[in-house]
Amino acid sequence: MAQTKAARKTSQAGGSSNGRDAGARKGDALLGLKKDELHAMLYQMLLGRRFEEKSAEAYAIGKIGGFCHLYIGQEAVAVGSIMALRPEDYVITAYRDHVQAMVKGITPNAVMAELYGRVDGCAGGKGGSMHLYGAEQNFLGGWGIVGGQVPLAVGAGFAIKYREQDNVVLCYMGEAAVNQGAFHESLNMAALWKLPVIFIVENNRFGMGTAWERASSLYDISQKASAYDMPSAVADGMDVIDMRRVTQEAIDRARKDGTPTLIEARCYRFMGHSMSDPVHGVYRTKEEVEEQKQKDPITRFLELLKDNNQLTDEELKTMDAEIQKVCEEAAEFADNSPEPGLEDLYTHVYASEDVHGRLFFDRKNRLEQG
Amino acid sequence: MSTLTYREALNQALAEEMERDPDVFLMGEEVGLYNGAYKVSKGLLDRFGEKRIVDTPITELGFTGLGVGAAMLGLRPVIEFMTFNFSILAMDQVFNSAAKVHYMTAGKYKCPIVFRGPTGAALQLSAQHSQALESSYAHFPGLKIATPATPADAKGLLKAAIRDDDPVVIMEGELLYNMKGEVPDVEDHVVPLGVAEVKREGSDVSIITHGKMVHVALQAATALEKDGVNAEVLDLRSLRPLDVDAILATVQKTNRVVYVEEGWPYVGIGSQIVDTIQEEAFDYLDAPILRVTQADVPMPYAKMLERMAKPSAERVVAACNRVLYRQTV
Repeated sequence: MAQTKAARKTSQAGGSSNGRDAGARKGDALLGLKKDELHAMLYQMLLGRRFEEKSAEAYAIGKIGGFCHLYIGQEAVAVGSIMALRPEDYVITAYRDHVQAMVKGITPNAVMAELYGRVDGCAGGKGGSMHLYGAEQNFLGGWGIVGGQVPLAVGAGFAIKYREQDNVVLCYMGEAAVNQGAFHESLNMAALWKLPVIFIVENNRFGMGTAWERASSLYDISQKASAYDMPSAVADGMDVIDMRRVTQEAIDRARKDGTPTLIEARCYRFMGHSMSDPVHGVYRTKEEVEEQKQKDPITRFLELLKDNNQLTDEELKTMDAEIQKVCEEAAEFADNSPEPGLEDLYTHVYASEDVHGRLFFDRKNRLEQG
Repeated sequence: MSTLTYREALNQALAEEMERDPDVFLMGEEVGLYNGAYKVSKGLLDRFGEKRIVDTPITELGFTGLGVGAAMLGLRPVIEFMTFNFSILAMDQVFNSAAKVHYMTAGKYKCPIVFRGPTGAALQLSAQHSQALESSYAHFPGLKIATPATPADAKGLLKAAIRDDDPVVIMEGELLYNMKGEVPDVEDHVVPLGVAEVKREGSDVSIITHGKMVHVALQAATALEKDGVNAEVLDLRSLRPLDVDAILATVQKTNRVVYVEEGWPYVGIGSQIVDTIQEEAFDYLDAPILRVTQADVPMPYAKMLERMAKPSAERVVAACNRVLYRQTV
């Protein structure tokens, strides 16, 4: 083994683009971003955190059902990368998708209503936590099969190239998806055909309860890119500025000539895999989680902003109060949104519902007859 | 009318639809430079170029998912499986992605994609290359399935599939590509999905079937005619949506049914047809419905075993005689 388990843990969060000096951005700690842009990033990170805290509460009292995968601890990844996009660019991800959806522009109300399974949800209550979608926001959704969304992202990249546009696709996946054949097949085609897809592996160390070093023969995910002759980078997924810098470089490459990039964002999930998985105890210790929390991406960003005179305590207080209100309102909105009617069971199976013959073996009229 | 082979009819459908709509593209293994493993795409690369006739690596899961993603952005991909035997590798993308895009997104996204290629047994290709997988595909709501039996239907159904806003699976008979038939010369020959066709009128017994087995059924009907039995052959053409009205009409006409399919009997298409008839036309039946299918085994290689495993006209004739209570054995 090239690294001991302890050494790997220590090196988990942190990193920089391959072949670059980690201190390269010292001279420009904020990437030249203006105050309002920085505040927008902070707002999205805090919104993600508070929204998920609210979701956890709602789940605990049974307002949210099914699987619910929280993003707490990983906010810097979604915010740093998606905020480097133009609105017309695309985002696709897996089932830990609440924060990506909101950063891409789906309202907290629509996301919360979807978690509640209500008609005003962004998938009409048919998707739930794992399947959020936004056609207007070019959010291609959350997908539930590990690695299954990766070929879809390449298809979006294919369509962009087909139409000779310069949009890009951000495709998120957990590190466990990297072991899937879908990942290999997709990166090969993206590199072969120069499709503008940026693959962001959110390496939060655990595929459900299995630590990365117990699941992969290769520890350094970014090295996988060499198998496809594709540029790659390691980003500090606990540092929203590093995340944004690395993603921006990849986006510029993709817009220029379609070059895809593989980014490994090293991060850590403060919560369990899903709501049914305890935070610690089975596959990781309390000490490990506490140690990682010292690198909380929101705290780090707050400190950075304050150190650079970009944020006052008063501004933070006002922002956080506003966000708390937004989350309360989202929960209230979801609560007040009606549940889908029985007639909705049969809608949207097919785009064309007026075809000849009968679409369903279990037919509507039988439902109506009760 | 023009006489075309089944593969030429498919080729015409692809060419016409690509000509009509710049969003249509064909993707698959060796569809371009090699002109297609079964030559369905012959000449299309020269005509439409590499942008729209795309040779892929041998990665069914990957390029199928690519097609689904492209369809979500509004393109109209036609994904060729070199054979449906290999589509098993891509089933996650067909079943979990394509079939569910419209429903899971509550209509926000459509998935106008076509998956096509040969299905069923050829000759002595053994267990992994001789599978009729219609029932697997038909199981999933969200997909539409068509199984053309003639060049005219091949052209018309493929054109309908490409224009359809839902994912459509076109399963072509592997042994039908060379078969010739009349194809209407009309400018736009489209066969709507979900409409069955009586391929032979009859009054004594209904042979209901689809795909390559239509020809087996027609052979059986010819043999039965010599014996004074007038069999009707109903070609379902689409398995989803299913033309239940056409099924009920033929049952009401002949009161006796034999179902023929190339796939396995267990949870096969025939199971659904039998259920539909017993529920909706039980009183019209004068005999139990019989099914003629592949033997419930992986396809053997040895010639005689393979012959025994596959449905044949002789077995269809025997089944018809049984439902007519004419069987002597």
